[in-house]
Amino acid sequence: MRISSYQRELRNEVRRLIHDPVLLGIVLVVFGLLAVFIVLPLVKVVQFSLWPGGQFNPKYFLNFFRKSYYWRPLINSMIVGSLVSLFGTIVAFIFAYGITRTDIPGKGIFRLIAMMPIVSPPFLIALAAILLLGHHGVVTEALHLNWDIYGLPGLVLTETLAYFPIAFMILEGVLSKIDPAIEEAALDMGASKLRTFLTVTLPLAIPGIASAMLLVFIRSLEDFGNPVVIQGNFQVLTVAAYHAVTGMYNMPLGATLAIFMLIPTLMIFVVQKYYVARRSYVTVTGKPSGVGLKSTEPHVKYPIFGLMILLSGVIILLYGVVLFGSFTKIWGIDHTLTLKNYQYVFSVGGQYVLDTIEIALIATPIGGILSMIIAYLVVRKRFLGRGLMEFVSMLNFAVPGVVVGIGYILAFNTPPLRLTGTALIIILVFIFRRMPVGIRDGIAQLQQIDPSIEEASSSLGAGFFRTFTRVTLPLVAPAFLSGLVYIFVRCMTAISAVVFVVSASWQLLTVALLYEVDQANLSAAAAYGYVIIAIVLAAIVLMRFVVEKLFQKGFSPIARE
Amino acid sequence: MNDVVVRFEHIVKVFAEGSSREVRAVDDFSLSVGRGKLVTLLGPSGCGKTTTLRILAGFEFATSGDVYIEDRRVNDIPPQKRDTSMVFQSYGLFPHMTVYENVAYGLKVKHVPKVQIKRQVAEVLSLVGLEGLERRSVGQLSGGQQQRVALCRAIVTKPKVLLFDEPLSNLDAKLRKGTREQIRRLQQELGITSIYVTHDQAEAMSISDAIAVMNAGRLQQLGPAEEIYSRPANRFVADFIGEANFLPARVTAVADGQVTIRLFERDLTVEQDTPRFSPGEEVDTVVRPEAVDVIGIGEGDVDAEILFSHYTGSVVLYALKLPDGNRMEVQVANPKERGLLPIGTVVGLRLHRKSLHLLKKET
Repeated sequence: MRISSYQRELRNEVRRLIHDPVLLGIVLVVFGLLAVFIVLPLVKVVQFSLWPGGQFNPKYFLNFFRKSYYWRPLINSMIVGSLVSLFGTIVAFIFAYGITRTDIPGKGIFRLIAMMPIVSPPFLIALAAILLLGHHGVVTEALHLNWDIYGLPGLVLTETLAYFPIAFMILEGVLSKIDPAIEEAALDMGASKLRTFLTVTLPLAIPGIASAMLLVFIRSLEDFGNPVVIQGNFQVLTVAAYHAVTGMYNMPLGATLAIFMLIPTLMIFVVQKYYVARRSYVTVTGKPSGVGLKSTEPHVKYPIFGLMILLSGVIILLYGVVLFGSFTKIWGIDHTLTLKNYQYVFSVGGQYVLDTIEIALIATPIGGILSMIIAYLVVRKRFLGRGLMEFVSMLNFAVPGVVVGIGYILAFNTPPLRLTGTALIIILVFIFRRMPVGIRDGIAQLQQIDPSIEEASSSLGAGFFRTFTRVTLPLVAPAFLSGLVYIFVRCMTAISAVVFVVSASWQLLTVALLYEVDQANLSAAAAYGYVIIAIVLAAIVLMRFVVEKLFQKGFSPIARE
Repeated sequence: MNDVVVRFEHIVKVFAEGSSREVRAVDDFSLSVGRGKLVTLLGPSGCGKTTTLRILAGFEFATSGDVYIEDRRVNDIPPQKRDTSMVFQSYGLFPHMTVYENVAYGLKVKHVPKVQIKRQVAEVLSLVGLEGLERRSVGQLSGGQQQRVALCRAIVTKPKVLLFDEPLSNLDAKLRKGTREQIRRLQQELGITSIYVTHDQAEAMSISDAIAVMNAGRLQQLGPAEEIYSRPANRFVADFIGEANFLPARVTAVADGQVTIRLFERDLTVEQDTPRFSPGEEVDTVVRPEAVDVIGIGEGDVDAEILFSHYTGSVVLYALKLPDGNRMEVQVANPKERGLLPIGTVVGLRLHRKSLHLLKKET
């Protein structure tokens, strides 16, 4: 009975798709792309680990449990991840609480500072830490410290500062959405402010805190940029995999390490998405509503204010040191101010600047439109395999960049899809790495549009393509263009996946930066960092300008006369 | 040419089939709509009327059953190929386009020459009194104007079937009546076959050639407004359309087209053709509140005591207690003429014989 009704449904779905050939074509193309550029690389990773040389041979896989060279990095990654998750969430909670729940001044500036690590190359903080506390760091030299930052302390410090903004965004949303009436009810019944916080506010925020911790944990686990700069002898999984692939050319080893990176991230992703997120009492997305209860007592307010100033100071100091370093001759030895690092970047690295911008400019619109098409199909259309399409396209959300990178070189190294060494493979990595965020944003934007507007279009005879280009895209355009900036920024700052697919002919700025760090050429590395930041800021400002100019007029109700 | 334009045959729509949230939104629904007719799907929210409309438009697909438009089976045809146009509850106007661009959209899709588009848009806008607003952005229009733009956009392409999904529910009461007239007039002038969904019985009764009353996904009764009101098929229809008292009675005799019932310890003869009743059968007598005269004690069919009076200006509605303990509501028009009766007063009630209607007992 069930089977027959399912079969009938299946038959109807197929028949409907055949009657709508444009939709059918697009669905097939999207599935094809997802299969080749998301599923195939992952399949290749598993294949190279368990079937090295074409024969089933679980040697590498089983070695993971036998040899410390295999499992030690995983343990290390777990230790770093746990500490970063804990400290990052605490820092984020302080910021979120200070901004949403107290009347401290300068909230806008604090929020801006908390967002800085998001738009800069992820390992800039590690670079700053080395400039300050490394072998030739100014602090190290000034205090004659016999100690350096490399290893666990450096990893925890840099990743905490790099990834607390993610937790901050979640917690700010959660805290600002707790209905103040609930807290007022507790106070009304005689509970003290502290008691109200401990028995009402905190429990309501727990699902958000758990989400934040899990997401920061994943980001730490998959981080490549900071560890490769600062891990020292404390080898973590991403860097171990990178060395296995690019240093030893040991693909089965790299693939095996990738699998053991993939397992925990996927597990945590599933737990976060299907368990923690569902227990949430407040929705995280959308505009903050209601004004929460403000703590104005000095003994609450000032310690928080002080901590926020301290942390912000550290972040500003780190960025400042990199800026200063980019203008010095040889960091730690000769601090004479000079422009030679920038000259170096634009002469030796000039081609990298152009390559990076070119690749990002190609990948951004393609990635944006593809994401929007998939979001549109998922939200608005009903067709066979819709759920599967959503799942696969979001899969890269949970797959660490290093795994994607290894998957790509394994999958696209041989004909007919020989892409290694081309710009195309870098573009493809960018497109499919950024797609999950693009799709998630696209879904959120589309859900705000009354479906009857699109239904009106199709009921007037417009097909899929016309409705999408004439009605849907213009309506989401402002948000869509802003989303493109995000993709562009990510392309400019990405390292973990693309480090595997760059080549002599196509080099990226982030990889060049990494190379300079490797050569202990820290001043040049700092200059690269600020060139990236300058490009990113220029893109953000430009897009904001364009969006305002283009859409203020068209969308305001009185402008069209 | 066949004169049935729309045909639903045994439509079933199940949402979330097989899961714990399974809902049977439409259940074995069949209906034919003749050329140029306006048929209303009327029912409470959640009765499946909008789902049925959306199945016809192609936005939903029936789980089983068939939909025909002019003898073409359209089950699997996407909305853009069905030649139906919908007027949406929220209008669904394109916010980034002007009035002209909105109305012209469907014509452009059909590759109508530009000159002709211009003429047709002007024509249809003048039909609803929107001439001169072509260049306005739709966001600048009032709700009533937006509604009329949506109507123009739907009729300008001369669709085979025009669909209305509660088009007036976002308008205020005064505007609603005027727009109702306008929709009906246009629909009749242009002769467009139309399906109209509403939960407002007054709207349905004033606008339709026929009403299909729906409940829980099933068609309860199909007929012109007058028939549905005076000869409801079942208790749901009688209760949903207007107010109704249900007085239990027993059939004592059945003659040609006449049924005699025992009610209030006297025999009343009611004209009734269907359904068939047999002597001895228990029935419910449908008595509309306005089909009762309030007169002096002992002068009517029964005496009753006033429990409460709802005075609303044009009418007063008395809630009365019958000798058998049942409650009954009676409406008196223009109460000022007769004077309001205080609570506790005992009055006589006389039922209008022609307005009585019998229903089989429902279990």
